[in-house]
Amino acid sequence: MIYSPSFLAVGIFLLFVGFTLGLSFFLGGKAKSSEGYFAAHGQIPWFVNGVAFAGDYLSAASFLGICGMIAFYGYDGFLYSIGYLAGWIVALFVVAEPMKRLGKFTFADALNSQFNSRGIKLAAGISTLAVSIFYLIPQMVGAGVLVQPLLGLPHWAGVVIVGAVVITIVVTAGMVSTTWVQFLKGSLLVFFSAILTVMILQRGFEVYEGPIEPQTVTKTADGQTLVNGLPLGEGENQASLKPVGHLSKLPGGMKKTGPLGPLEFFSVLQESEVLLSSPEKTVAEDGSVTTTYTPKPTPGSQVLRPGEHPKFKGIRSDNFIDKLNFLSLMLALFCGTASLPHILIRYYTVKDEAAARKSTIVGIGCIGFFYVLTLYMGLGAMTSGAMDVTNSNMAAPLLALSMSELLFAIISAIAFTTVLGTVSGLILASAGAVSHDLVASFRKTELTDHQQVRIAKIASVVVGMIAIVLGILFEKMNVSYLVGWAFSVAASANLPALMMLLFWKGTTKQGIIAAIIVGMTSSLAWILLSADTFAKVYGLPASDALVPFSQPGIVTIPLGFVTLVVVSLMTKSSADC
Amino acid sequence: MNSRNSRIGLTLFAIYLLLYGGFVFINAFSPTTMEATPVAGVNVAILCGFGLIVTAFIFALLYGFLCGPTEDDR
Repeated sequence: MIYSPSFLAVGIFLLFVGFTLGLSFFLGGKAKSSEGYFAAHGQIPWFVNGVAFAGDYLSAASFLGICGMIAFYGYDGFLYSIGYLAGWIVALFVVAEPMKRLGKFTFADALNSQFNSRGIKLAAGISTLAVSIFYLIPQMVGAGVLVQPLLGLPHWAGVVIVGAVVITIVVTAGMVSTTWVQFLKGSLLVFFSAILTVMILQRGFEVYEGPIEPQTVTKTADGQTLVNGLPLGEGENQASLKPVGHLSKLPGGMKKTGPLGPLEFFSVLQESEVLLSSPEKTVAEDGSVTTTYTPKPTPGSQVLRPGEHPKFKGIRSDNFIDKLNFLSLMLALFCGTASLPHILIRYYTVKDEAAARKSTIVGIGCIGFFYVLTLYMGLGAMTSGAMDVTNSNMAAPLLALSMSELLFAIISAIAFTTVLGTVSGLILASAGAVSHDLVASFRKTELTDHQQVRIAKIASVVVGMIAIVLGILFEKMNVSYLVGWAFSVAASANLPALMMLLFWKGTTKQGIIAAIIVGMTSSLAWILLSADTFAKVYGLPASDALVPFSQPGIVTIPLGFVTLVVVSLMTKSSADC
Repeated sequence: MNSRNSRIGLTLFAIYLLLYGGFVFINAFSPTTMEATPVAGVNVAILCGFGLIVTAFIFALLYGFLCGPTEDDR
């Protein structure tokens, strides 16, 4: 599709960014000490912190990725919503209060509270950095995806704009401004998603009467793009892709439903028929690649059941390994949340354990409510008649565009701040890990307060630059796919150490260090050797992959626990001798 | 965290783990179960999904309510 930049969207976007930066400069004066820079003096009210959790957590992958996945394949994307939310149960019931009690600024603090070991600081600092950078890539790619239709700028420009704005936010005011940016973004995202959902229900469904034709996109060998056989463009003898996403049949021969109730929405869709366009690639002899999108009438009951997305098809096969891949992903989602560094550091911004608990409850409320809405937004987009067949990430903004241009402008601007909020949280978590854990572990004397903040600011700039470069390099990667990796690495590296420290008295410092290193390297290695990476990153045949399935969690999370127990038992007995 | 809070937390955690695990296992090993439409024409997949999200929030509130008073007194 060809997007024309909307002045309204650009205006609202600039307003958002301007306000965010203004807020950062205003709050910047309050965060001179390390206490203020990393933990906002522990004075963020619990309610604000709770909404900020939502702002931190509901990343571009949640909003753009999940909605897009539901819009293209149906129910499967919602499995991510369920898994992402379930992870908060681990965060609330197991991790929240101990994190607050044991730590000061970073995840390593909590692990290291009994041992005072440089090794733990180093290992936990490295794993924080690794997970944060992994998680940063999809956010930056998301930023580039958004900016193309919104401002009419190329991908790299979007990545650089986000990078520059975020570095400014983080360097000027650290955790205080980051928290307020996330609070703002969290509340706006949930509020406007709710409005969008109400509008979807009000609009109801309508049967599409127009012609149903396949569309083709051809990339010729000399680099030209042809749409339906004509050069891409909007002039004479040119063509662009038409928006898709229609209902071909409603129950009882109805043409239009009118407003629907929240459950009626599903029961009507269940009995309807949807036109879904799945891509099919053919390579011609001259080297040109043609992708054909044929609208295929699909029963609603099929759209609303799990196992339609290529990634989830495994649950319908008889092959046990395919099922294992699904179990592994769901396990990583469940365990990953409570191991994400940018979520963990948010426990240090409130005053005590009770406040940590209350803010998690508020966070679960906001995030859960939002995830319920993702199913309505995704299915609403699927039937909105406004979808771009080539770009699932644009489903939610285009759905808004089918309602009104103003709503499109607001939703796009929010999606953009979504990226800003999550990226600033991640960069801050990495900066904390560098200055508070890594640098400190190499020095005999404690850094002064002022030095810590200065190193953190330099680290923010460096990590921000790395994120910009990676965001440009990984342009073509699917956003939610990369987030799945980050969750697997976080869960494998961090969760075993954190859980065992809390619940097993026999845990030794060597055990913790070994568990982090083994969990991190094994999950990374597994990902790099998996069929998904072979096919999508290296461009090699998927059958050459060295591991049996793509999601590492079900192997590497238990491996982390086993390593910790074995090493702890070994080192304990040697200490006793 | 006092031991009472942690006991409540772990109990709720264990119950939720069973619910979530059950849902994931049914999806993996009996996906057709998810296609049935027992209530109001809505299928099991959506009912369970919404159920898990709502249950998480109810558990969170329950936890906050059960361990609230002891800490606020301090």
